[in-house]
Amino acid sequence: MSSEIAFPSPQHRRHGSSAGQPLTRRDGVLKVTGRATYAADNHPEGMLYAVTAVSSIARGRVTALDVEAAKAHPGVVEVLTPANRPPLSHDPDDKIPPFGFRVEVLQDDTVRYVNQPIALVIAETLEAATEGAALLNPQYEVESARTGLENGERFDTPAVGVGAPSRTAYGDIDAGLAAAVRVTEADYVTPPQYHNAMEPHAVVAQWDGDRVTLDMPNQALALSCAAYAAYFGIPAGNVLIRSPFLGGGFGSKAILNGPQILAILAARMLDRPVKLALTRAQMYGPVGHRGQTWQKLRLGTDGEGRLTALHHHVLAATSSFDEFMEPAANASLPLYASPAILAEHDGLRLDTGTPGPMRAPGEASGSAVLEVAMDEAAIACGMDPLEFRLANYAETEPGTGKPFSSKSLRECYAEGAKRFGWSGRPLEPRRMRDENGFLVGWGMGTAVFHCPHFPAEARATLRADGTALVETAGADMGQGAWTALAQIAAEALGLDPDQVELHSGISSLPDGGIAGGSGHTASAGLALHNAGVDAIARLAELATADPASPLFGAGNIGVEARSGRLHRRDDEGRSESYSEILARAGQAEVVGTAKAARDPAVAEAHALFSHGAVFAEVKVDPDLGQVRVTRLVGAFAAGRIINPRLVRSQYFGGMIWGISFALQEEAVTDRRTGRIMNADLAEYHVPVNADVPSLDAILIPEDDPYVNPLGVKGVGEIGITGTVGAIANAVWHATGVRVRHFPIRLEDLLVNQRDVTSAFGN
Amino acid sequence: MKHSVVSLTINGAERQMLVAPGSTLIDVLRESQGLTGTRRGCEQGACGTCTVLVDGKTAMSCMLPVETIEGAHVETIEGLTPPQGLHPIQEAFLQGFATQCGFCTSGMIMVAAALLAKNPNPSREDVVRAISGNICRCTGYEAIIDAILDAAVRIRSAAHAEAA
Ligand code: FES
Ligand code: FES
Repeated sequence: MSSEIAFPSPQHRRHGSSAGQPLTRRDGVLKVTGRATYAADNHPEGMLYAVTAVSSIARGRVTALDVEAAKAHPGVVEVLTPANRPPLSHDPDDKIPPFGFRVEVLQDDTVRYVNQPIALVIAETLEAATEGAALLNPQYEVESARTGLENGERFDTPAVGVGAPSRTAYGDIDAGLAAAVRVTEADYVTPPQYHNAMEPHAVVAQWDGDRVTLDMPNQALALSCAAYAAYFGIPAGNVLIRSPFLGGGFGSKAILNGPQILAILAARMLDRPVKLALTRAQMYGPVGHRGQTWQKLRLGTDGEGRLTALHHHVLAATSSFDEFMEPAANASLPLYASPAILAEHDGLRLDTGTPGPMRAPGEASGSAVLEVAMDEAAIACGMDPLEFRLANYAETEPGTGKPFSSKSLRECYAEGAKRFGWSGRPLEPRRMRDENGFLVGWGMGTAVFHCPHFPAEARATLRADGTALVETAGADMGQGAWTALAQIAAEALGLDPDQVELHSGISSLPDGGIAGGSGHTASAGLALHNAGVDAIARLAELATADPASPLFGAGNIGVEARSGRLHRRDDEGRSESYSEILARAGQAEVVGTAKAARDPAVAEAHALFSHGAVFAEVKVDPDLGQVRVTRLVGAFAAGRIINPRLVRSQYFGGMIWGISFALQEEAVTDRRTGRIMNADLAEYHVPVNADVPSLDAILIPEDDPYVNPLGVKGVGEIGITGTVGAIANAVWHATGVRVRHFPIRLEDLLVNQRDVTSAFGN
Repeated sequence: MKHSVVSLTINGAERQMLVAPGSTLIDVLRESQGLTGTRRGCEQGACGTCTVLVDGKTAMSCMLPVETIEGAHVETIEGLTPPQGLHPIQEAFLQGFATQCGFCTSGMIMVAAALLAKNPNPSREDVVRAISGNICRCTGYEAIIDAILDAAVRIRSAAHAEAA
């Protein structure tokens, strides 16, 4: 590139650029008219329906299936069982890095959890396939199910989550505890939870020779193509995944699962398109969940209420055959200053489907418990919970001493507390009542989330009519990626977002990385930004080398892209539109491409986190123990905000998940059979609107010059962290009852109320 | 098991269809009529994503065997959408960021349509009650409630303008 191209700095760009402005969602019209096509809406010619038959036992063997009866049912075309399942090119018990899981694809007759696929019935209609599956009448050899602490198998694990260390020690924890004036110690339990995206997992698979097209909701297009290619023994380029819309993902649509692989296999075997959509109940097994944890916290504090030691031990459940575990203790690493921190995990094998990443994996369950423990320690020190957290504010990353790339947590505390009206909160519980005599409590929690960055690629094409097409294979699970990514690209291209067409959600486009870890906007966004910069540079090269252009010879001085024109930097009056430049050059378009990844030096030198503070008010019926969250205020700082409306929606969504974690969600296992007793949406409680209070999310401005060139951090998951603990702490403040498991139920408050009523004298 | 012939008026058009016993309205809409704007979330009557209007009243189409509604008028999101532009409820959802993943949106809008047809001036409470059978896993509801209230205003002022 001969000419120097100037792009306004991020600070500068904030004025008059599209980023930072709320726009309506690009996908909005398709969604409100019902025209958005989710995977299961596809219906290619000649399509068959597949339905999985699933195990009703948690451990053992399938000894018989009545395949004859199923096949005899009118409309049934084929029944796949371990006896006739065609071979796969990849061993399903061999994990494909970096995010591979072991899957059940009828490799043998063993049953490892309830709702595992044990056969696949393919038929001309959905009813026939469903009926065929029901006729299989499986017989089992049943082994006793391992369902909890009493019979699960403990093991040491080198890693938790996706390759995170299972043990991290800073300083000397024993010395820290010995030096403490007080040690606050308690045990806590978090339950198994299921993602329950509203759209059930589905796939429509169509083969054409050794090429396959998959309509499926997918959060990680390029990785999934590579993994399916391995299973089917074809080049990754032969797998086309179309995922224009996802009806929610929350982590469960980033990873391959057995039923989808089987449906693709059936389509190849029968040489016809096949559709498979899981039922709601079938989503409680093969598509991941948040595993149960048993956590112990020990907090040592000195006479001033400063931490001398923070010990977080987690026993995390996983399946009998794979290793994903909630990295919950690691939530205690980046947040509070302490000379000694020990975060450690052990594993517990149960007969369940393998847990997987679910919105804020590890952070959600770890922070829930850490924030309650911090509240308990604050009370032990006789301090206000906010004052206690400020006394333990980490100016640099605990343990490593690295500076934060940016950290506006103090501002979050201050703004959140002000908006909520935190000052004047009585220290003792059971001091506030509303006009109806309900107990009122206020609690708070700190929110924190790391900032991952996934490698991504993009392409930007400036067209003769002055508009642009930008492309990257990203995923919009509802977070508004299509809108925010187009805004970022428009800005780099010096265009209005309306002049920028975005193509995404299909794997044939440049790899857009993973929509997970709250890193999609930063990752795919940076690739789009760089592609835009590249396209403008190429356009500038055309103009500055052309004697007929007013920009001729501007090479060393440089040009600036604004409002569809290149301007000479030293002479505003000399400019030319993109269309004119292309027309004179006789070119229909100019194409820029880019790859973007995090510079390893950035993470070497800095700790990279978003922060926030959440304040909750609850009201508790003193007679019935019923809890209602009546107010929730969150203040979050997450770098530069591309679209405030979308970001606020993400914070709200996260905070609602926090309410849900604190008070509602739990999969209940039948200890005798290992069956989940509430594998549906009626008994597995997620909030309906009556459960949701008035929410307030404050966007704290934050400039981050280091995290990535866009200054963007993540917003999708942080809202859960902080919220769970804030609510639990508010429940304590209302009632004086400390509940140390989630969800908090009314019976926890009822039983314990009597004791506290006398203890606190009202 | 014998199939039976059922007649329905779907989005204003009369349709006769051969259905297997126990076929639900959602099966017919999605699989044989190609009306995929009605979403399948749970098939247990627990989530409301499949809500359509049957003779003007909301119904969860996953719970409704078609044989039991012979002769009924069914309206889906496709029928609610005008040939040009958007229905005021759709406008309000769009402007109010009341969709995220969008999977619950058709059901929410159909519930809103039934509510506003009956009660053009609903209170917040009325709206909350109306959508209490619909789950949204993404938005936290507030934006949806605001959008429905906004839609009520839009419809009333449009009616007002027409009358004037
Ligand atoms: S799909 Fe009908 S209520 Fe859930
Ligand atoms: S927008 Fe996703 S379920 Fe409502």
